Amino acid sequence: MSVPSTARPGARLRLAALLGPPMVWLVVAYLGSMAVLLVSAFWSTNTFTGAVVPVYTSGNLLALVTDPLYRDVTLRTLLVALGVTVLDAAVAVPMALYMSRVASPRARVALVVAVTTPLWASYLVKAYAWRVLLSPTGPIAWLTGGHSSGYGIGAVVVTLAYLWLPYMVLPVFAGFDRVPDSLLEASADLGAPMRTTLRRIVAPLVLPAVAAGSIFTFSLSLGDYIAVTIVGGKTQMLGNVIYGQLITANDQPLAAALSLVPLAAIVIYLLAMRRTGALENV
Amino acid sequence: MKRPIARIAATATALAVAVLLGACSTATTTTGTAGVAPPKVKEMKKLGAGEGQLNIIAWAGYAEDGSNDKTVDWVHPFEQQTGCQVNVKIGNTSDEMVQLMRTGQYDGVSASGDATLRLIYAGDVAPVNTALVPNYATISTFLKKRPWNSVSGQMYGIPHGWGANVLMYNPKVVTTAPTSWGAVFGGSSAYKGKVTAYDSPIYIADAALYLMKTKPSLKIKDPYSLTEKQLDAAVALLKQQNANVGEYWADYTKEVQAFESGSSVIGTTWQVIANVIGADKKVQVKTVLPAEGATGWSDTWMISSKAKHPNCMYQWMDYITSPKVNAQVAEWFGEAPAQTKACTETSDKGFCTTYHALDSAYASNIHYWTTPQKQCVDGSGNDCTAYSEWVDKWQQIKG
Repeated sequence: MSVPSTARPGARLRLAALLGPPMVWLVVAYLGSMAVLLVSAFWSTNTFTGAVVPVYTSGNLLALVTDPLYRDVTLRTLLVALGVTVLDAAVAVPMALYMSRVASPRARVALVVAVTTPLWASYLVKAYAWRVLLSPTGPIAWLTGGHSSGYGIGAVVVTLAYLWLPYMVLPVFAGFDRVPDSLLEASADLGAPMRTTLRRIVAPLVLPAVAAGSIFTFSLSLGDYIAVTIVGGKTQMLGNVIYGQLITANDQPLAAALSLVPLAAIVIYLLAMRRTGALENV
Repeated sequence: MKRPIARIAATATALAVAVLLGACSTATTTTGTAGVAPPKVKEMKKLGAGEGQLNIIAWAGYAEDGSNDKTVDWVHPFEQQTGCQVNVKIGNTSDEMVQLMRTGQYDGVSASGDATLRLIYAGDVAPVNTALVPNYATISTFLKKRPWNSVSGQMYGIPHGWGANVLMYNPKVVTTAPTSWGAVFGGSSAYKGKVTAYDSPIYIADAALYLMKTKPSLKIKDPYSLTEKQLDAAVALLKQQNANVGEYWADYTKEVQAFESGSSVIGTTWQVIANVIGADKKVQVKTVLPAEGATGWSDTWMISSKAKHPNCMYQWMDYITSPKVNAQVAEWFGEAPAQTKACTETSDKGFCTTYHALDSAYASNIHYWTTPQKQCVDGSGNDCTAYSEWVDKWQQIKG
């Protein structure tokens, strides 16, 4: 009787010590900052000095709905995020299929390394590389005889798609890898041609992995505001408007209110993706 | 698994509805401090020993340590003289500087007139005891105790230098030398997609200045004191310009790169940017002060009210306005030095004449950056548009 009663508190203590710090971090740093964001969206600012005044107002959230500027920018940002996701999926699916099913084991390792190495380079270096590529006197203009679309929303989609490609390729690759060979053999034994097997057996099994990758590409694009200032020309995305309100206008409450838009978009996207089983694949 | 998420979604929806309902009954409440005395912050009474560290926010080109040009270095000599290790944070816009100062992590800032009053009235900066800054005595008198750097006769900083925002162009593309800001407004379609502009709401004043000279019917008297109607006219002009803008710049390195790669060929600039492009020797650019005059800046070194290294900051304020260093900064940045004695120290002996450094009449013709307020800054009434409104308009212009 005495042995378990002394052992149990010790075990509990150890468990608490193990889980405590991450839980504190999660609650205080992560959820806490989220709560501060939500609360400060309801505060006002001193019109002259720009200092935050804790006086309740719902004008900030109302502005999100009524101001056509925020509607346009939100729409543009969502379109960019979707464009990046579609482009990444279109590139990643055939690539991952080749990597997992066609390539020899040695080539597979080489390809995985090739996909992941760009992650070592700095984000800024890669974005500036695209700025050089897309410049009016750059290689793309030279190759196409001066028909480069230049800086703008198209350049933003291409650059972000490049930046986030590994986050799409890796889950999709893992998804293809998880498809059991026995299913493919069974399908072939039953007389299904390759195309039918891909469509009816592989595609449904890999779709959750594509959805999982899309969560990365979608949410990373939604929050981006640096690549767009480098290759976007005069294009504004939600991140730029938030940055503008926070840094330029010094209007922290409105910036906080604006930050709720991508937050809401991601929550909705996650709920939608959950139906595909993507969350078990991340 | 399904229930909790559904419950969260329901709660969120309920919350959103409550917020929107609340919105109908409450308007945005804001308070202003214009006309009220700034918070009381004590000034230094006596200088002590340096703290060994100094964290400052500066405009690009104000605190050079030789990393841009080996011969341009006045930070290292200061460090050797005082033992204060200088950490420089470049501020790209006045708004960014205000934001950075508000963090309380910096000892001082080179603030322009559109930041100074905001800093003073928010209690972010401390009054300066000019007796502790010997070089203050010989600063140009027309820069002392001005509305943007003092409150009721109390100085809040040491004047550093002033100048105009000029028009820069690439003479290979812009073959006829422009003489008017019209080249980036009405005439900007000639360089469609290659026009650039400063990415800050304060740039609205540039459009207002152009309208002030070209559309007298609008009756604009001061580009920072705009009524609703005048602001709308300036915004309309900038929206028209936006169609021809390739990209905006706020980061000065971006404008350097844009001109060097040819993606921008004409637009507003600071002389220092033209100097950097000139030093790189990749493309040739020219600058001009257009016929309409220009907006400009008058900068002041201010000390934070939460400065952790106040003695080093006082030493810096005295050092940077000493004749020799002030001359170096002025020549590198391309502005008029605040220090009258700097004019004998410049390497180009005609420098102060070129920049009208001692010419108070010329100085009064530049429209210095000022924070627009509801209470018109030129004293013409209280129906002007405030800076927060300019910010919203600026985001609308960019779309």
